Amino acid sequence: MRYLQILKVAYRALVRNKMRSSLTMLGIIIGVGAVIAMVGIGQGAKRMIDAQVASLGDNLVTVFSGSHFRHGARSAAGTITNLTDEDAQAILDYCPAITRVTPRVRTGAQIIAGNLNWASQVEGYNPEFVYIRSWPVVSGTFFTNQDVRGATKVCVLGKTVVDNLFPGQDPVGGIIRINKLPFRVLGVLSSKGQNAFGRDQDDVVIVPYTTAQKKLIGITHVQYIMASAVDRTQIDLAEDQITQLLRQKHKIPPGEDNDFTVRTQLDLASVAGSTSGIMTILLGAIASISLIVGGIGIMNIMLVSVTERTREIGIRMAVGARGRDILIQFLVESVVLCLIGGIVGIMLGVATSQVISGVLNWPVFVSAPAVALAFFFAAFVGIFFGFYPARKASLLDPIEALRYE
Amino acid sequence: MQPLIVTDRLVKIYNLGDFEIHALRGISLSIREKESVAIMGPSGSGKSTLMHILGCLDRPTKGRYLLEGEDISSLDRNSLAAIRNKKIGFVFQVFNLLSRTTALENVELPLLYNGTSAKDRIRKAKKALSMVGLEGREYSYPNQLSGGQQQRVAIARALVNDPAIIMADEPTGNLDTRTSIEIMGIFQSLNRSGITVILITHEKDIAAYAKRNIDFRDGKIVRDEELPNPKKAEEELTALPEEEEEDEE
Repeated sequence: MRYLQILKVAYRALVRNKMRSSLTMLGIIIGVGAVIAMVGIGQGAKRMIDAQVASLGDNLVTVFSGSHFRHGARSAAGTITNLTDEDAQAILDYCPAITRVTPRVRTGAQIIAGNLNWASQVEGYNPEFVYIRSWPVVSGTFFTNQDVRGATKVCVLGKTVVDNLFPGQDPVGGIIRINKLPFRVLGVLSSKGQNAFGRDQDDVVIVPYTTAQKKLIGITHVQYIMASAVDRTQIDLAEDQITQLLRQKHKIPPGEDNDFTVRTQLDLASVAGSTSGIMTILLGAIASISLIVGGIGIMNIMLVSVTERTREIGIRMAVGARGRDILIQFLVESVVLCLIGGIVGIMLGVATSQVISGVLNWPVFVSAPAVALAFFFAAFVGIFFGFYPARKASLLDPIEALRYE
Repeated sequence: MQPLIVTDRLVKIYNLGDFEIHALRGISLSIREKESVAIMGPSGSGKSTLMHILGCLDRPTKGRYLLEGEDISSLDRNSLAAIRNKKIGFVFQVFNLLSRTTALENVELPLLYNGTSAKDRIRKAKKALSMVGLEGREYSYPNQLSGGQQQRVAIARALVNDPAIIMADEPTGNLDTRTSIEIMGIFQSLNRSGITVILITHEKDIAAYAKRNIDFRDGKIVRDEELPNPKKAEEELTALPEEEEEDEE
């Protein structure tokens, strides 16, 4: 039989039982639609997380102070206070893979402006902050190296702090009090939104790190050092260089543990990426189950159809159809059923993705490979679950089939 | 000239687990080209089994069957299907047309399985339909046709591949007298044009239209004789009292 003719026969057989065909298809439609939508949600989440990791900064390498190891007891990370702004300067001077460095200190504080107050996070940096964290000011200016050297009481506000302390006003030039000390507001940071873990990154007040050390916290060390690598490919190299430099500077003999920890953006990206990857696989797997259930529905209906059309099969065999012709006819029928279901399912999946991203404000990303994969998977389901009934039909004895009532 | 069909001690045994049914017990016969043969016998006599074997729908348990000199008994399913397609046309008691499929498409069916182009299929199917007097009904569905018309469609389907043999299993069993005679008339004219017709029936009246009658009983031939004067359908029809219209099934 010619291919076109086979398709025509299959199409006619499906149209003959419209209700049954469409109900059978529904299983595939829902299966394919679910796969598309679920994978879309997973991929959307991955993109969102990737974007958030990227928003952390520009090829970021962070040094944390390490933990004590004294008399056999190890204390928490950050309890050692041996990281200094000299370390930061040394990293900038001696690590060729690093372009920018800023120390970082932080503390919680109650902020007061006029008759309003707000508990927020105060963080101390140098002016490289803007580049390292890829976080520019939208109005006013950032503080300068001179402010850092002089430990002046100036600050730059995050958007959430502005919203709470200066509702409807321009805070630039205004005064806020941090722990009762007056700070002049130089500028306002652009909004960064929530980070990957749900914390509001805009709820922050940035001050020169020297000011934070001396006037707010009363320490001489720094808690973190943040640095930018030359580019993405040099992040690992930068990590090695910093590790070697700091071991040397902190006089750690070979074989002993570091008294600091270096984390890079890549670490975070890979953790976040694998998390969302697992989520995508999980969602896709759950959705695939419905596709398999749909396939079993196809098999069921094809078996019913073979039984119902036993006499037709007998007639076709009597006039010269070989077993293979019958096999192909039924196989094509089930594949056509699945492919039409697949196409409708893809449309349903894309539409569902749109609705989800619109209503839940969740980025949904439907990729072409996911669509292609779903389509081929639908065809595979058609062949896989259609084969048994089709083979059964092809092996019928023509005489028995003709006699079948 | 060698006969069209030669069988040599055909035996067919159906194994039903606990016991065996001997449907054919050594049938040897030969049928020449252009013969018209009626095989008669009560039900269970083995005549249908014989037709299935002669029609290449089934294979004998023992014995040999030569069709146009070719030994059929040992061929596989696919080769048998090809022979059915090329050499044999079937007509059944219950018509066996595909429902919800037009007369034309029913007649085209055998052509689908030998790679005939769409154009040739339609041309050949239309020609076959006009040979059985159904021009104008190409696009009717079986449920819009009378029993006699449906059987004509079935005959057209049997004819469409220019077979050497037409095998008809009780072709008039579901038809009234007048229509039966009309159908027998078609078989007679096909036979005159050179096609061998093998007819299975249990009605003596119908067998009388064939040139040769074979009687079957318990899987054996009990009578095999040429009829000196087979009935002629045209004459029988004119002898029938006039009817107003064809009986709708």
